[in-house]
Parts: sequence; structure tokens; C-alpha cells
Amino acid sequence: MKFRPKQDNLAGYAFIAPFIAGFLMFTIIPMLASLYLSFTSYDLFSSPQWIGLDNFTEMFTNDEKYWSSVKVTLIYVLAGVPLRLAFALFIAMQLNRASRGVGLYRTLFYLPSILGGSVAVAIMWRNIFGNEGMINALLFFVGIDKQILWYQDPMKALWTLILLAVWQFGSSMLIFLAGLKNIPKDYYEAASVDGANAVQQFFKVTLPLLSPIILFNLVMQTIAAFMTFTPAYIISKGEGGPLDGTLLYSLYLFQKAFSFFQMGYASAMAWVMLLFVALLTFVFFKTSKYWVHYESKGE
Amino acid sequence: METVSAKVAVNGPEPVKSKRFRPRNLFYHLFTAGLAIVMLYPVIWLLISSFKESTSIFSTAHSLVPDPWIWSNYSEGWKGIAGQPFLTFIKNSLIIVVLSTAGAVISSALIAYGFARIPFAGKNFWFACMMLTMMLPHEVVMIPQYILFAKLGWINTFKPIVVPHWFGYPFFIFLMVQFIRTIPVDLDEAAKIDGCGRFGIFFKVILPLITPALATSAIFSFYWRWEDLINPVLYLNSPDLYPVSLALKLFLDSESASNWGAMFAMSVVSLLPVIIIFFIFQKYIVEGISTTGLK
Repeated sequence: MKFRPKQDNLAGYAFIAPFIAGFLMFTIIPMLASLYLSFTSYDLFSSPQWIGLDNFTEMFTNDEKYWSSVKVTLIYVLAGVPLRLAFALFIAMQLNRASRGVGLYRTLFYLPSILGGSVAVAIMWRNIFGNEGMINALLFFVGIDKQILWYQDPMKALWTLILLAVWQFGSSMLIFLAGLKNIPKDYYEAASVDGANAVQQFFKVTLPLLSPIILFNLVMQTIAAFMTFTPAYIISKGEGGPLDGTLLYSLYLFQKAFSFFQMGYASAMAWVMLLFVALLTFVFFKTSKYWVHYESKGE
Repeated sequence: METVSAKVAVNGPEPVKSKRFRPRNLFYHLFTAGLAIVMLYPVIWLLISSFKESTSIFSTAHSLVPDPWIWSNYSEGWKGIAGQPFLTFIKNSLIIVVLSTAGAVISSALIAYGFARIPFAGKNFWFACMMLTMMLPHEVVMIPQYILFAKLGWINTFKPIVVPHWFGYPFFIFLMVQFIRTIPVDLDEAAKIDGCGRFGIFFKVILPLITPALATSAIFSFYWRWEDLINPVLYLNSPDLYPVSLALKLFLDSESASNWGAMFAMSVVSLLPVIIIFFIFQKYIVEGISTTGLK
């Protein structure tokens, strides 16, 4: 190793003390408490009763609503995240050129990401897909006069949530755009000298060089998608309807904890979610060597 | 841009060529601008609808021209809901946003300095803890935190929403660590020779140089606290403490034909600060996302 500067433990811990205090108070201790509660029956008012694995057995074998929320969430994540990333990459490639107006376009495409998490936009979304909302009005305008009842059908209602997620592709787009700008122009020139057409260039140059950024986006967006709460809560008015069609996992967990006061059961749900997300992240990174291209750093 | 202007300079004598009509470019702009309009159409629709009469918002949903233009939705919505004027909700939102943002940015800067500049035992361990916290689903800590704050008697106050942000926010710490690492250590050394201690270096050298990272963090903190719904839903019971996000939900819950316009108008009002800040500070936002992948 090279020269190592003198350690200064006192100063170091003094500066990061707020983090350690917060980490213990608001992360580690609550996590352990949540783990303990997941093996109990607890309604917030009487003291927790140890019931072993009962919450988990109930969840996995007896709670249809739980499985319905798992299914809805998986559809939401598996459709929403890839669509959002594909759209983000497509637009980023459109904007990765020196042309007038690119800055303006970038701003406009990014705007929905900034607005998207708000209650106002969820309310807006609920209303544009209403029976007499903007979407049906426009469909009528172009000659489709059959009203689509978006919120009477569980699958259609879920798709409005997915569309809302895809609509907010802006931040992934910005990250892809930054990545695209880092790909040296020579690579494309070399590829086109070798006779590669635009499609081949995309698959042989752009995609491999961008794959680390795609991995990063995939992980972060998947975790965020599993935790989606506000749009489902607003669009279904807290119910998760119709027929549990928009009952995302975190909404069901919220209902269990704060409508039915089944704190133990909700904690068990939270831990299952944590383990699943951790496992998924692990799989993403473990398999990454097969599909992520890392440039050798010749240092 | 530099390479473009260089090329123009080299090709100086034939500027006519660049002015030539190029159908490919026209197609590109038609396509991209068209897509942008489709994307933003719902927002435009919301804005226009807020100027329509409540009774005609949905019967004229296809039209972007209110007939007649009216302002009464705004005056109606501004009167508020649940016995509170809308200004109360804005005031509550601002209190929450300012207190939690100031706390998050200041604490994150101190912590980031510790991680970026001071060698100490166990640094990598704590840094890894911080990075893992970023990926932790909030659901896992939500219930015990609720129990903790209930035991402390903090329910129906701003404290549970604000105080946790005073202990550093991992995304911001990470952003600032990245930023501090780009500052030459020579500057620290020079300040040290001039007699500055750690805090002196932090306040006089580092803090002024990381203003862009502070700004980016502050902007995102503002956005996230402004739009936050789940914490106010959990911790606030009385409407006089509601922030804007929760007030909008009240409008939605009481939605009746007469209330559409007011709800739309106040939705627009709630988005205004977000849009204004976006256009003023766009540079910081774009840089922040591109370098760290902030949401």
C-alpha cells in the first residue's frame, strides 16, 4: 500500500456521529423491532403475543388477498420497470445529438418525473382515465365511441398505474443520456467502417457500453417500484380496488398495519418484502457478469 | 459544442450548406416535439380544466378551450376545506419542508466531510451501512418508527416527519462525498497551515466549494418533502396541521360534482412551486441525477 495518512478517530466519529445516531435510532433498532414483531400478534394497544411462525403460515397458505397483492405488484414491477427503462433509453438516444432544441426537449421529457410523485398528478391521472375523462374523450374524438371503463376492471386499473410509472421515465433518461455522452465517437466510426448498420451498432456498441448503467437503473428502479404507494393510494382512494386490482404490496401492508392494526402481520409482510428485494438485488449483481460489460481499467 | 463550432470554423466558406433544408431534421423535430406534447398533454389538460366550470370539465374533456374562462375555481379552492383555508396547508407544507431540508442538508454535509476527508477506523463499514440504507424498503422500519413516535407522544405533531431528517440523508451524503473528493486536498493543507482546524477547513474551504451539491440536495429534499403523503397520513390527524398533499386528498375524498374545479385548481397550485423551482434550478437537478442516479 501507498502512504497512509494518520488516522484521526475522534474527529472522524465526531463528524459522522449524526449518521450513526440516526442509523441506530431510525434503521437498526426499528429493523430488529420489526423482525421481533413479525413473530407476534400485536394490535398496538395490548402487548405483543409471541405466535412463532403463524403470521408467515397465514400469509403463505391462507391469505388470498396477500397473494393477489403479490401478483398485482409483480405485474406492476415486471411491466412498469422494463417499459420505463426502454422508453428512457429510446428517448435518450433521440436526444443524444447536437441539434437545436435538444436542451428544451430534455427539459420537457424530464418534467413528468419531477411532478410524478405528487398527489396532484395522481388525482390528475385518476381523472384523465375516468369514464368521462380526457382519454375516453379523445378516443371518442377519433371515432371510438365505446367508453372504456378503466376503473371497473382490475387489469385496466392496474395498467393506468403502470402507465403512470412509465410516464415518469425522465430521471432514467437523464442517466442514460450522461452514459451515452461518455461513449467515444470513435467506437461508432470504427463500427461503421466495419460495415455495421445502425441496429448492429446499437447491439454491439451502445448496449454493452451502457450495460453497467442499465444494471444500476434496473436495481434502483425495481426497488423503488416495489415500494410504490402514493399513486395506488390516491387512485383507488386507499381501497386498492376494483377487486384488489390496484392493491399493491405496500398498500396492503399499510392497510394491515394502520386500518386493521395487525402490526405483527404487517411486520412479517415487510420482512418478506425486504428479503425478496435483497434476493433480487443479489441475483441482479451475481448474474451481471454474464450481461454487464465492464471495461477493463488498465491502471 | 466546442467540436461543433470548430467544425463550423473549418468549413467557414460554405455556410449555405448548413442552412439547406433537411427533411431528416424536420422529421426528427416533428417526431420529438410531437412526443413531448403527448407526454405533457395530461398536465396541460389539468391546467386548462382548472379554468372550466365544474359542470363542464368532463362534458368538454376533449377541448382545450374553456368556454367561458373562469377564475372562480381558484377562489373557491383557496377558501380551503375541512374548515381550514388553503393557505394553512401551504404554511404547514413550508414548515415541514424547510425544517427537514435544512436539517438534512446541514447534517449530510458534516457527515460527508467526515467520510470524504478524515481517515478513521471503521470508515468503510459505516460507509457500507449508509449505502445499504439507501436500498432499504421504508416498510421495514415504518411500523416500529410509528410505535416509537407514538410512545414519545409525537403523534399529531410535525416532529416524526421532520426530526429523522436531521441525521443525514444517505443519497445526499453520497452526492456530497463524491463532490468533496473532486476538491484538491492541497486546499485543505493550505488552510491547515493557516491555522484552521477540522471545522475551520469544513466551513471555510469545503462548504463554499460544494454549494452545487448542497443546492442539488436541497432541491430534491424540497421535492420529496413537498410531495410526501405517507408520513402525513400516518402522523397527522387534525386538518389544521395538514400539508398540501394531504389537503388534496381531502378534496378527493369529498369529491362531488361541484368540487371538481376547486380540486383541479388547487392541484395546479400545489404543482406551481415544483415547476418554478425546476425551471430556475434545472442545471443542478440534471447534474445531480446524472452523477448519482437520484430519483
